[in-house]
Amino acid sequence: MSEATAVKEHISHEHHGFMNTYIFSLDHKMIGKQFLLLGLIMLLLGGGLALLVRWQLAYPEQPLPLIGASQHYLETGEAETAMDSYWDSELSKTEDEQGWLVQKMPVGIITPAFYNALFTMHATIMVFFVVMPILVGAFGNYLIPLMIGTRDMAFPLLNMLSFWIAVVSGAIMLAGFFVPGGHAATGWTGYPPLSTDPAWTGVDWGQNLWCISLIVLGISSLMGSINYITTIINMRAPGMTYMRMPMVIWALFIVAILLLLALPVLTAALAMLVFDRLAGTTFFNPAGGGDPLLWQHLFWFFGHPEVYILILPGMGITSEILPVFSRKPIFGYKAMVLAMASLAFLSWIVWGHHMFQSGMNPSMGMTFMITTMVIAVPSAIKTFNWLGTLWGGSIRFTVPMLNSLAFVSMFVIGGLSGIFMASSAVDIFIHDTYYIVAHIHYVVFGGSIFAIFAGVYYWFPKMFGRMMNEPLAKVHFWLSFIAFNCTFFPMHILGVGGHMRRIYNPMQYEFLQQFEHMNIFITMSAFALGLTQLILLFNVFHSMFRGKKAGDNPWNANTLEWTAATPPPHGNFDAIPTVHHAPYEYSAPGISEDWLSQTNELQPTNGNGH
Amino acid sequence: MSDVFTEERANTLVQDYGGTPPPIGAGPSDPGNGGRQDSSGKSHANAILAMALFLGADVMFFAGLIGAFVVFRFGALHWPPPGQPLLPLGITGINTGILLISGAFMVKTWQNIDRWPHKKITKALTLTTLLGMTFLLVQGYEWFRLVAFGFKLTSGTFGGTFYTLIGCHALHVMGAVLWLATVTVRLARNRLDQQQRNTSIALIGMYWTLVVALWPILYGLVYWN
Repeated sequence: MSEATAVKEHISHEHHGFMNTYIFSLDHKMIGKQFLLLGLIMLLLGGGLALLVRWQLAYPEQPLPLIGASQHYLETGEAETAMDSYWDSELSKTEDEQGWLVQKMPVGIITPAFYNALFTMHATIMVFFVVMPILVGAFGNYLIPLMIGTRDMAFPLLNMLSFWIAVVSGAIMLAGFFVPGGHAATGWTGYPPLSTDPAWTGVDWGQNLWCISLIVLGISSLMGSINYITTIINMRAPGMTYMRMPMVIWALFIVAILLLLALPVLTAALAMLVFDRLAGTTFFNPAGGGDPLLWQHLFWFFGHPEVYILILPGMGITSEILPVFSRKPIFGYKAMVLAMASLAFLSWIVWGHHMFQSGMNPSMGMTFMITTMVIAVPSAIKTFNWLGTLWGGSIRFTVPMLNSLAFVSMFVIGGLSGIFMASSAVDIFIHDTYYIVAHIHYVVFGGSIFAIFAGVYYWFPKMFGRMMNEPLAKVHFWLSFIAFNCTFFPMHILGVGGHMRRIYNPMQYEFLQQFEHMNIFITMSAFALGLTQLILLFNVFHSMFRGKKAGDNPWNANTLEWTAATPPPHGNFDAIPTVHHAPYEYSAPGISEDWLSQTNELQPTNGNGH
Repeated sequence: MSDVFTEERANTLVQDYGGTPPPIGAGPSDPGNGGRQDSSGKSHANAILAMALFLGADVMFFAGLIGAFVVFRFGALHWPPPGQPLLPLGITGINTGILLISGAFMVKTWQNIDRWPHKKITKALTLTTLLGMTFLLVQGYEWFRLVAFGFKLTSGTFGGTFYTLIGCHALHVMGAVLWLATVTVRLARNRLDQQQRNTSIALIGMYWTLVVALWPILYGLVYWN
């Protein structure tokens, strides 16, 4: 018996109980799926919060549909529906006895304090518990060992801890909803003095838990990033040189470096904030010699790299999918890698563009404006190279491809609106308006979330061994794409019209009353967008058990994960593959197929030459 | 060609899956792979790289705190602010020397790990640990006196930055001393084979070097006037 067979048997004979297989698994693939599940659950929650925000903006201080009290009850006080009698009985209780719901939204009307918590937690959850766990946690864990050709991460135990610490962090974050005073209500940026003094917002432990949760999440992400970097540097299969790595691995590699270096700065800032709140220090309080601007500098010094942490994996996924469904090599591989590296570098020196209006020295604003404009260069390199990849290809409009194309086009819109804001003169006008909200959602929803869709549709067959339902997936894509644009595009117009973000009731302002219909249109589109995601959830869970069985390489793709069995067993490969090619050799001349696996060693043909 | 490679890689497999992989810092401790030079070499390299990355993150954490300190100190008209104590420059200077000597012992041991006899390594590490403990005790005594003077965490940004920055460093020293002591005891009891010994000394060596190297910077910034 050869050693390889012995090893194979060793792997297949390993017995794992339910707990070790599904809960405390050390296997990178299972941990990746766990992150995916965590992210999807949080996506539902974060999306729900956004819909509550949207309801309030379109129908300010009106009862929510379904759970709110009826108009009849509000006018006469007579209970008509079941919810009416519920609100009636709750409101007749003393304040101490009242339930959670009635404190947050009496008779179904969202209170101002709860509204502040809603938009704060929508952003916090989406950034830290949806996009990061899915793009970095799920795809990073699932793809890195498979695509570089190794059996697992360098530190599987650390990997498992990283996931469970993220769960603990999520639990702490959600607990904030149920403490007296409500959850953090400062916006996800947590600016002092709102965040330092409970007197301003009435929020006490909500803000503390917010800080603690993010500190804990920092530990999880530290573990993850150390693992990713070590694995990519030390564990690549023979022949897998850096310049043969798939683009998504490059993206995750660069993101891990950003995470490693950026999150500790946030941890330091959060530690100071917690001390200010609990131990009586005055880091951010001018009364004791502190400086509220210091928080903004520290937060955005972390925060801007964070923005690239959210988008780079999406760029990687897109760069992975476009060549496969164009049946062409990616255009300008090296330029793409260098563009990502320079984006990562630039992300460290642009944080001041979040602070043009903060009272920071205006001459620094000029510096930050220039560095920010420079970001357009690597971004344009990426965009044009994606277009170059598509040019002349035999394009297949599969669902992953559709979502990737949406990524490219929406990212361009988000990128272009970014250039407006980077100009400090224009920013005076559009700062803190819905223009900013439109921009962030074009890059994070139009970018990251469409990349998540693309990635899920593309790798689902490998992850679960079954194909997703294609017609349903197409319906999901087109509805999402249309509803997304109907939701977020009008926000540009709102922003230019001076519609402030984070306000409770726009109808209080005479100059915003003209936007009522647009706000209603946006809210309806947002609800459509939210409901559309149920199709995705149904498709994921239905296909997991009932989908058509998938082959090992359903897309005829070149990268290593498609050479593994479907779904890959513990240990991934029968034998560690040897890599002979770059990852995007599609339609190479002289080969009968239009693809060439990275493991496929071509023999020189004895033709006319010798 | 590729078959040869497969077998060679397969040798490392037992290590990859032979039980729970060691956490960072523990070194390869799985008895199932003791004899395999290749695999333990790989996990040694992984551990060293992971430690280096962790230290990078740690430096960024301190960069955040030091950045805040610099903003306050060099933005203030008077530092220390009126009514606040001067920090004990002299005794902390001596203490800095103690820590640096301890760091020198660590680096020497690390460099000569394959040359020095086992006894000498153990001795040098014991000295490193004791010097680290001395540093902590002196620091603790100083803090005690400062607090008795009325200088607290809540004494404006001067007190706040002092206790957070120096306190974070002290926590690092404390953790490092505990870890050093553990390694030294295991070494003295002959609990580590050569590979494990080299890995643990390299890891704690890296960590201790960072903790020691940070201190003169903090001393210069925070104590010096």
